[in-house]
Amino acid sequence: MSILGTRVVRTEDPRLLTAGGTYVDDLRVPELAQAARVTFVRSPVAHAAITGIDVSAAKDAPGVVAVLTVADMDDLPPPPPDSGLTGTEGAPLPLGGPWSEPLLAADRVRFVGEPVAVVITDDSYQGEDAAELVSVDYDPLPVVVGIDRALAGESLLFPSAGSNVACATGTPADGAAFDGCDVVVEREIVNQRLAPVPLEGRATAARWADGKLTVWVSTQNAQIARFILAGALGLNPANIRVIAPDVGGGFGAKVGVDRDALIVAWAAKHTGRALRWAETRSENMLGMTHGRAQRHVVKIGGTRDGRILAYRLEIVQDTGAYPRMGGFLPFLTSLMAAGPYDIGHVETAYRVAVTNTTPISAYRGAGRPEATAAIERAVDLFATEIGMDPAEVRRINLIPADRFPFTSASGATYDTGNYVEALDKVLASAGYTELRAEQARRRERGDVQQLGIGVASYVEITAADADGGETARLVVHDDGTATVYTGSSAHGQGHHTAWAMLVEAELGIEMSKVTVIHGDTDLIPAGVGTYASRSLQLGGVAVQKAAVEVKEQARKVAADMLEASEDDLELDVDRGVWQVRGDPASSTTWAQVAAHAGEAGLAADVNYTEGKPTFPFGTHLAVTEVDTETGKARLVRHVTVDDAGTVLSPVLAEGQRHGGIAQGVAQALLEEMVYDADGNPLTGTLVDYAIVTAAELPSFELLASETPATINPLGAKGIGEAGTIGATPATQNSVIDAVSHLGVRHIDMPLTPARVWAAISAAAEKGSAR
Amino acid sequence: MKVTVSVNGKQVAGEVADRTLLVHFVRDVAGLTATNVGCDTSSCGACTVLLDGRSVKSCTVLAAQADGREVTTVEGLSGDSDELHPVQRAFRAEHGLQCGFCTPGMVMATISLLAENPSPTEDEVRTALEGNLCRCTGYHNIVRAVLAAASEGRPS
Repeated sequence: MSILGTRVVRTEDPRLLTAGGTYVDDLRVPELAQAARVTFVRSPVAHAAITGIDVSAAKDAPGVVAVLTVADMDDLPPPPPDSGLTGTEGAPLPLGGPWSEPLLAADRVRFVGEPVAVVITDDSYQGEDAAELVSVDYDPLPVVVGIDRALAGESLLFPSAGSNVACATGTPADGAAFDGCDVVVEREIVNQRLAPVPLEGRATAARWADGKLTVWVSTQNAQIARFILAGALGLNPANIRVIAPDVGGGFGAKVGVDRDALIVAWAAKHTGRALRWAETRSENMLGMTHGRAQRHVVKIGGTRDGRILAYRLEIVQDTGAYPRMGGFLPFLTSLMAAGPYDIGHVETAYRVAVTNTTPISAYRGAGRPEATAAIERAVDLFATEIGMDPAEVRRINLIPADRFPFTSASGATYDTGNYVEALDKVLASAGYTELRAEQARRRERGDVQQLGIGVASYVEITAADADGGETARLVVHDDGTATVYTGSSAHGQGHHTAWAMLVEAELGIEMSKVTVIHGDTDLIPAGVGTYASRSLQLGGVAVQKAAVEVKEQARKVAADMLEASEDDLELDVDRGVWQVRGDPASSTTWAQVAAHAGEAGLAADVNYTEGKPTFPFGTHLAVTEVDTETGKARLVRHVTVDDAGTVLSPVLAEGQRHGGIAQGVAQALLEEMVYDADGNPLTGTLVDYAIVTAAELPSFELLASETPATINPLGAKGIGEAGTIGATPATQNSVIDAVSHLGVRHIDMPLTPARVWAAISAAAEKGSAR
Repeated sequence: MKVTVSVNGKQVAGEVADRTLLVHFVRDVAGLTATNVGCDTSSCGACTVLLDGRSVKSCTVLAAQADGREVTTVEGLSGDSDELHPVQRAFRAEHGLQCGFCTPGMVMATISLLAENPSPTEDEVRTALEGNLCRCTGYHNIVRAVLAAASEGRPS
C-alpha cells in the first residue's frame, strides 16, 4: 500500500523537539563567529522631512563599530526607473521612479518604524544604548492616515508622483446591470489591517568575503531573495549565496527579502564585517509588512426567490507608505470577486493608495480572503433582505458540480469542484437544523447569550503563478539513501516529511533514508519557494517526476546487472528492491543499483510547470455565543470542508487548516493594527495587538473531502491558506447572525465587545425611534 | 557580575552585565539555542524554561536572579538518552508543532502545567497556555498533545 494519504508523523520533529530549530539567530557557524550586531534607528514619526542626522555621540558609545546613514550609501546602484504604469493602468508594484523606496531613509520618512540609520556594535545590548544616541532632526509633514485622507490628496507622500493613488483600474459601474433585480443591497465594508506575527521575526546575517556575499535570512524564498539582493546591491547573483535555515513562520510576510535585510547585507559588504540582526517584536510589528487593509463597497442584487443576478465590488487598497506587493492584492481580490457562485454579471474596480503607515504585502491568503469576506457578507446581507435562510441562498447560487471547468464572471476559470456537496456536508455535520432551532429558542426566551450561526462558502486560487514552476533534484546514493534538493521552501509546512513520502511511494526508499535540502542557493540555484499555496502542486510534483525519472534510469542499470530485458524488470516498492518479474531471488537493492550506475549515477533534475492555477473550495460554519449585554462574542464551534484535491498527508493538511482557521477567526474577532490620526501605531506590541491565543478558540471540526485536481499528476491543490479564507467570513457572519433579530445588519471586523455592543445599542435606538 | 546557574544539570558560570536576561544567559553563555525570544513584552512564552522546576518566561528574569538555581530547557528533557520525554513524544504524535519556534517554550509550559494539574480538561489546558503563543497550529493539535501527554502520565 502506498504511503501517500496515510497518517505519517513528521521527520522534522525529533530535532525541533529536542535541540530546537536552527533559526538565523541560532546560527553558530564559524563564518559568523566574529559577527557584530546591527541595531536599527527607526523613525518615531509618521511623515517628516529629515533635516539632519548627528551620529557623533553614537559613534563614541561603548562597543560601537560603525554608525551608518544614507550618506554612507554611495556604493549602490540607482533606484529602478519609472515603470510608467501609474494612473489608470493596472500596474505591478513596486513601481519605481517617483514611488521608489530607498534603503535607509534619505530626505523624508513616511512611516513610524522606517529605517533611518544602523548602529553596529559588538553586542546587542550595546546596540540599543548607542541607537538612542543617534540624533535625527525631523521637520513634521501633514500625515496621511486612512483611505479618505489618502484619496483627498491634500498631503502627498510622493510629491513628484502628483497623487497618493499608485494605480487604479476596473470596470465602470453599469447602472443597468441591477435593473432586473427585485432587491439590491449596497454597503461599505472594512477589511482591516493585520500584523502577520510569525513567532520568529525577521532575521538576517551577512558576510562579505573574497568577493562573495553570503546572506542567512529568514525567508520563504532563498532564490528570490538572491535575485532581490543582486538588484538592490548591484551584484552578480553568482556572487551571492542565500541560505534560509529553519524559518519560524512566514505567512506571506517573508516572501523574498525586504528593505531591512537588504540594509544588513549592504552594511556587511560596506564595512567588511560579518553582521547579524534579529529584530525585536516591537520592531517586527512596525517593520514587517502588514496585510489586508482594504475598504470595499459591495452591491448585490437578485430576485426575491434567492437568485443573485449582479454583484459589484469596489476596492480601495491602503498599501501603506510604499507600493510594494500590496498593489497586487486587489488584483487577486478582483479576480476572485465572484466567489463560488454562478452570477451573471460581476463588476470590480480598485484603487491603490499610499498612506503614512507600514507597507502592506501578502498575509496568508493575500487578496483572496478579502474577496471571500466581501461576497460572503454581501450574500448574507442579501439573504436577510429577502428573508431567506443564508445557507439556502448559497445552495441556490453555488456553481453546480456538472459545470466545471467554470469561468466566473470575474474572470477566473475554476478547474474542479463540488461546492454544493461541501455546503451540505458541513450543514449536516454541524446539525444546522437543530442549531437554528436552538437559536430560535434563545431568541424566544430573550436569552442574554444569543446563538449565531455563520456560513461561508468559498473558492480560492492556489499557485496563481503556476507558470513560475518549481525545481527538484533527486539523487540516489550508493549506500541506498536519497537526497532531494527542492526549490520549494519550508517554514513549518512539513516539506521534509511530504517530499520523503513522495520518494518512498515512488521508489520504495524508506522515508528515513531520504534527506531533503532546501533554501541554499549554492546547492539549489534555481527555485521559486513557498507562497500562494503552491508547494505541493509544483514542488511536490517536481519531486515525484524526478523520482519517476530516476526509476527509469535505475531500470536500465538493473537490467544490465541482472542481464534481463528492461521490460521484465519490476520495482517492488514495498521492499524497495528491483527484481526480474516473478523472481524475488533476483532482488537487487537501490544501493547495488546506484553503485552499478557508477559515475553516471542515479540523479534527475526537474523543473515542473503546471501552466494553470488550481482552485480549492469549501464551506465553513461557525457557531458563536454572543453576550447581548456586554457584546462579547465567543466562538464555540467551527465546522469545515476544505477541499484541496487529493491529500498527500492528512496530518499536514489538517495542520494547515487548523492554523489557517485560527488566523481567520482572529481577524474576525480580535486582531487589528490600529494607527492614530498622527500615524502613531497604537498596537505596536503583543500586549496591545490582540493576537489570538489558545483560550479564545475551540477545537475545530474538520470534515474530509477530496475532489482531485486534473492538471497535475498528484491531483493536488494548495491548502496553506484555505482555512484563513473560509474562517473569517463564517465567524463574522455568525456574530452578526446572533444579533440580527435585534436589527443589526453589519458590524465591521474585528468584532470586539465594544463594536458588537455599540451595534446592538444603535439598532435598539433606531428601533425605538421608529 | 559573575553568575552561576545549573543548566540542565551542568554548572554554567559566566561574567555578565547586570542587566543580562536569563534567556540571553541560556542562549549565549550556556550556548543552548532551543529557547527562543519571540517578543519583548513577556507575551509570547517562546522563552519559557523551568526555574527550580516551575515555568518562567526567561526574558522576564535576570540572569542574576537565577544565580545558584536550577534551569531546565527543552535540551535537558531527555537527558543523555535518545528517548523523547512523554510531552515531546505527544507533541510529535499529535502534530503539535509546525515551524517549531514556539515549541521549546510550549513544551516547557506544558510540563509545568501537568506538574500542577495532571488531569486538565481542554478548557484548563487552553487557559493555562494562554501565555504561550503559536501562529502555526491554531493550538488545536497542541491542546490534543497536552491532553494526550496527561493521559499517558496517568496510571491506567
